[in-house]
Amino acid sequence: MSELLGGIIGRRDLLRALAWREIRVKYKQSVMGMLWAILMPAVIVFAGVLVRYGFALVSGSPLRLGDVMSVSVRAVPWAFFVSSIRFGMTSLVGNSTLVTKIYFPREILPLAAVVSQFVDFAIAGALLTIVLAVARVGVSEQLLWVPVLVVLLVLMTAGVALVLAAGSLFFRDVKYLVEVILTFAIFFTPVFYEASMFGRWSSLLMVNPITPLLEGFANVIVRHTPPPAALGYSAAMALLAFFGGLHVFQRVEPYFAESV
Amino acid sequence: MADAALRCSGVYKKFRKGELYDSLRDLVPAVTRRLFRRSPPPGGLAEREFWALQDVSFDVRHGEALGIVGSNGAGKSTILKLLSRIMRPTRGAVEVDGRLSALIEVSAGFHPDLTGRENIFLHGAILGMTRAEIKRRFDAIVAFSGLEEFLDTPVKRYSSGMFARLGFSVSAHVEPDVLIVDEVLSVGDYLFQQKCYERMNEVLSSGATVVFVSHNLRAVSTLCSRSLLLERGRVVEIGPTNEILRTYLGRGQDARAQQADKDIRITDVSLGSPADRRVQFPTDSFVDITVEVTARTPHDDMSIVIGIADDNQYPVFDTCTQRLGAGPLSLAAGETLRCTFRVQLRLAQGTYHVNAYVHRYVTQQAYDRWLLATTFFVAGTTAVRGVANLIPSLHRCEKTESPAVPCATTEAAVAD
Repeated sequence: MSELLGGIIGRRDLLRALAWREIRVKYKQSVMGMLWAILMPAVIVFAGVLVRYGFALVSGSPLRLGDVMSVSVRAVPWAFFVSSIRFGMTSLVGNSTLVTKIYFPREILPLAAVVSQFVDFAIAGALLTIVLAVARVGVSEQLLWVPVLVVLLVLMTAGVALVLAAGSLFFRDVKYLVEVILTFAIFFTPVFYEASMFGRWSSLLMVNPITPLLEGFANVIVRHTPPPAALGYSAAMALLAFFGGLHVFQRVEPYFAESV
Repeated sequence: MADAALRCSGVYKKFRKGELYDSLRDLVPAVTRRLFRRSPPPGGLAEREFWALQDVSFDVRHGEALGIVGSNGAGKSTILKLLSRIMRPTRGAVEVDGRLSALIEVSAGFHPDLTGRENIFLHGAILGMTRAEIKRRFDAIVAFSGLEEFLDTPVKRYSSGMFARLGFSVSAHVEPDVLIVDEVLSVGDYLFQQKCYERMNEVLSSGATVVFVSHNLRAVSTLCSRSLLLERGRVVEIGPTNEILRTYLGRGQDARAQQADKDIRITDVSLGSPADRRVQFPTDSFVDITVEVTARTPHDDMSIVIGIADDNQYPVFDTCTQRLGAGPLSLAAGETLRCTFRVQLRLAQGTYHVNAYVHRYVTQQAYDRWLLATTFFVAGTTAVRGVANLIPSLHRCEKTESPAVPCATTEAAVAD
């Protein structure tokens, strides 16, 4: 464990500097500035509300505020996951001059991309908190689950980003494959809808390790109920993704400079 | 590893020519082919592979500076990449004792959209400094770069010289135990280069170990006491820099030996005496340049010419036996003539080349010429710049009482 994390801990100032670079560059010479942080979740929420409105028309039951809140609470972590994967995946190829010229633990590049996205996630989360307060969603002791869910989400995201960053360095088409998967993932991940809508098939949806996390966020924040039992599975997958991903990444790292 | 700061033992590095499978589509057939084909013998080369380095072994003691010289493609940069852990050797081991820093691409860590100030922190972090260390050295870095006014300008607006200067300034302040330098001292203008050399000397005198790769042989001979000559991935020779540079520069003579069918040829051009084969001399010192000429058929009415050119092949000096008062020289068949010129090197610090010619006495028609016959370096004083050393001294430097001359101008002239 200390072997896996030693490089990152020893160079945490570099992790911070690189994450800060991503953020700084994104907001420099851009008109929208901070609004970029909430653009993607906002678009997802908008699309989600549209879909839910469609559901409501078909089923004949009215669209409730709780449904809109549920979609919003899922959209923010999902946006973090998707954009972290996108940026993390290209972080090695996009910094090929660094990879071929200067030595430092390479895992810092994809992790810095995830950290920089996490800042956007935090901004969007803060705004969402205000929206939730205005909508009088209320609080309960279930909110104590939120930090746990966030940690698991970050670990899983980072793990996937590490593996895909290395993969797309060796094989350029990994990037296109992942783009396709990310585009359609919103259909088999309960962002616009709830897993429970699928009745007895809902456990099949839980195979996707992101599902229990998103369901968990909606449960503890909007419905004030505990996260689904499948969260245990998600937690195991998140730890496996992170530590397994880091291990694989470090195994192939010596070949980066000559393959990039 | 007791006294070695850095050690390469039996290092091999294999590369592939051309593209490997870059997409998944290519991977599947390639892997299948591999499964059904016998693997190449261990240590052997598969199709399109080649050895960039073969059996490279050397070590560098603590506080020592090692130069690596060799022509393009000899494997110098590959060694540096292995030392700095960017790549791993195919076989053999590379051991480094202490914190290693590489001045390879000095501005690789820069982001064009960020300002100079932001890039100092970013690049410093990439090179391995902590935030606190960068803060502590920030003023020194800025002062070294001389870019105080442009600190808050995005570096994409910098000229390429400014860009490189800022990069070098950050890199030069890392304070590692082992420093690896690859051809980066050629950035910036003359003044900045001088600063860089001074900084390198400072790093060396602080006890750091340095590995230095350069085509600038003068820099190698000034900074490194020991050098290694690489040729096509193999170590040809390792030893005192003077000897290594002689071997390296002398390889042109082998090529000349091929065309031995001329009736009269310059067979050797050497500096110093057989007992003292230095290639670096202090400015204003005396040095002997010996030209050896061998004739196959009788020749008379000859004169021997030597010329010295600077590193850009611009002639700075020439002389010949005729102008020095010797009459026409003659040689019988099979005879060899050795002619030694003694010159006083009133040259400023730099790299110089010796050209030699055998001329006909009257018509100046060249029988044989040998350009770049040998190369030497002049170690100068910092007081003199340019090509010639006119051996200046400050004869007088005083203020005048004259009210007609504004005081400021006088002072500025003196300070200059």
